Amino acid sequence: MTSLFEYAPAPESRSIVDIRPSYGLFIDGEFTDGTGTPLKTVNPATEEVLSEVATGSTEDVDRAVRAARRAFTRVWGPMRPADRGKYLFRIARLLQERAREFAVLETLDNGKPIRESRDVDVPLAAAHFFYHAGWADKLEHAGLGPAPRPLGVAGQVIPWNFPLLMLAWKVAPALAAGNTVVLKPAETTPLTALLFAEVCRQADLPPGVVNIVTGAGETGRAVISHPDVDKVAFTGSTEVGRSIARAVAGTSKRLTLELGGKAANIVFDDAPVDQAVEGIVRGIFFNQGHVCCAGSRLLVQESVHDDVVAALQRRIGTLRVGDPMDKNTDLGAINSAEQLARITELTAAGDAEGAHRWQPEGELPDRGFWFKPTVFTDVSPAHRIARDEVFGPVLSVMTFRTPDEAVAKANNTTYGLSAGIWSEKGSRILKVTDQLRAGVVWANTFNEFDPTSPFGGYKQSGYGREGGRQGLAAYLSEGHEK
Amino acid sequence: MSDRLAVRKTYKLYLGGAFPRSESGRTYEVHDAKGHFLANAAWASRKDARDAVVAARGAFPKWSGATAYNRGQVLYRVAEVMEGRAAQFAEEVAAGEGLSSSKARAEVDAAIDRWVWYAGWTDKLAAVLGSTNPVAGPYFGFSVPEPTGVVAVLAPQRSSLLGLVSVLAPVLASGNTAVVVSSKDRPLPAITLGEVLATSDVPGGVVNLLTGDAAEIGPWLAEHADVDGIDLAGAPAPLAMELERSAAGTIKRVLRSGAEEPDWTADPGLSRMRPFLETKSVWHPIGV
Repeated sequence: MTSLFEYAPAPESRSIVDIRPSYGLFIDGEFTDGTGTPLKTVNPATEEVLSEVATGSTEDVDRAVRAARRAFTRVWGPMRPADRGKYLFRIARLLQERAREFAVLETLDNGKPIRESRDVDVPLAAAHFFYHAGWADKLEHAGLGPAPRPLGVAGQVIPWNFPLLMLAWKVAPALAAGNTVVLKPAETTPLTALLFAEVCRQADLPPGVVNIVTGAGETGRAVISHPDVDKVAFTGSTEVGRSIARAVAGTSKRLTLELGGKAANIVFDDAPVDQAVEGIVRGIFFNQGHVCCAGSRLLVQESVHDDVVAALQRRIGTLRVGDPMDKNTDLGAINSAEQLARITELTAAGDAEGAHRWQPEGELPDRGFWFKPTVFTDVSPAHRIARDEVFGPVLSVMTFRTPDEAVAKANNTTYGLSAGIWSEKGSRILKVTDQLRAGVVWANTFNEFDPTSPFGGYKQSGYGREGGRQGLAAYLSEGHEK
Repeated sequence: MSDRLAVRKTYKLYLGGAFPRSESGRTYEVHDAKGHFLANAAWASRKDARDAVVAARGAFPKWSGATAYNRGQVLYRVAEVMEGRAAQFAEEVAAGEGLSSSKARAEVDAAIDRWVWYAGWTDKLAAVLGSTNPVAGPYFGFSVPEPTGVVAVLAPQRSSLLGLVSVLAPVLASGNTAVVVSSKDRPLPAITLGEVLATSDVPGGVVNLLTGDAAEIGPWLAEHADVDGIDLAGAPAPLAMELERSAAGTIKRVLRSGAEEPDWTADPGLSRMRPFLETKSVWHPIGV
């Protein structure tokens, strides 16, 4: 179904952002050349090359870790905690000041709609710095004993789906706890991290406290396996998470992992259908479905299945897919050709295995990487689209009859990151919430995030939490630990 | 009175609430600290370990679903039964670890006290580790700690009772079920603890005790897809590294061991409970 009303384009101007033709690594407070082969980062909505970005080699990573170690022992570690906090407050403020610039750059580099980068990614990133700034001088109240200590140098590797937000999730708690960081942004989305480096300079953050080393998998491996890195934090695929856990085994490095998910979004027959449909749409189409906690498995109580699916298709028909810089756009571009290929392959498996594919009518732009919002019905829990993380705008719909069956199906996955429940009945919500093996449960809402709310997985969705008092533990030693 | 011929025990595993022999039929000799023969213990196999995981998984819903108050009472009851068996524990600790009877008794007392301490944690973890989250929006948000699931515990090799209790009790107090591999050379206190557990109120399968070799059984547990976490306390460094690598295959929670066995008399804090607890954060709209 196509939209009844066509909108006039409402493009956000990109003039606020000055993208340099090339970027170096940010080490010890300076931009420096990388010794690896530079990589190009493209706008996935147009395939236009945005910039050339340095690649950090093992030697570059070593320089960054040495800078971080120096900053840790000489400056950041000994600093008065209140002053560390003030630096973080400064960064938060600068992120707010430059919010539009960050939002535009994020959308250009990532392909996500400007509406989301403007209203979600950047404000939340600033909120994470604000929240953690306040922790810097209150760590003895974090529940980790009387005198928790920072771990030292944190090596952090983040994904391409929320480039700035994931940076904030990693850098803010690390710095608040007194650690210094070497961060590797994703290969396809390095630009906002490099703009963040400028924010660090603007805030007069001491050199070496934050180091940003761009590159691909090799650079990431160099960061996590560097012998002088004390703490490794990774967000990304379960497959890479496994290899990192293996690499870290037998060392004294501490590790937290935020990996994949295959969230069940459970709709009971008493759920308000319109609200549930909004939640389902937000759950799976937010950020093109490039969300580890995306609600990719829709479990609908059998008696309302047809109504929910019809309402859902009607709603999806109104979604606007296209230019991410247009403020009316709901679904932007798939981040890379590689990711598009993966989505294409998995949805083909859905067809082959007998699920029924539905996509709205309408044209996609002829350049760039695109995938239509897609709903599979008649999905069996054994289908690949019900088991594998698609990481795209693809929803698999299954049914259940009783709450017990819903819980059993929801938990029937190696993942355990998130889940959704839609019901008007509070006692049922609380019971089902209790039974779900997932780190985040959204009841009558979906994809809500906040720095005060710890986020992280059960089972093979990873370990450790980000956010809240619980998340700080990832960057501190308990006060009495030997 | 004439010399009475002692009734010697045949030692078995404690598995799913029962006391089977190893399915492998194997046993091994246990000696005291001076090298004198003490007993034959069951030598657990890979199959025993797998059976133990099945039992622990089966017991998990009920144990993790019990009220914290109930779990605390059940664990306290274990301490009561241990107290009644203190003399037997002391004898076994003294023989196995080569301690004087007074030192062995002090170890036993510390072990029972440690168990009581953990029993008291069950209904406090949610308050201490959980939170309500003041999110910036019209939502009620809270976070609760929940048990990870089935935890494999490689018990310390040196400290046969205090060490064992110090690694097992935290796993249970936080609501997990356990598969324990005892100290290889000093398994008798573990076997007796199994008898204590069987005669207290701990449901069968919540704790499964395997006597045998951590180096043999550990790898199966570390890579078992239905084991959620592993405590490497009793694994020496090269084995610990190998097990941690295997555990990575299923993203298990791993509690590493130090270079040396720690001083088990020290206050453990939350350090052995935290690794086997998940945090679940829940959101619900307000006013909609």
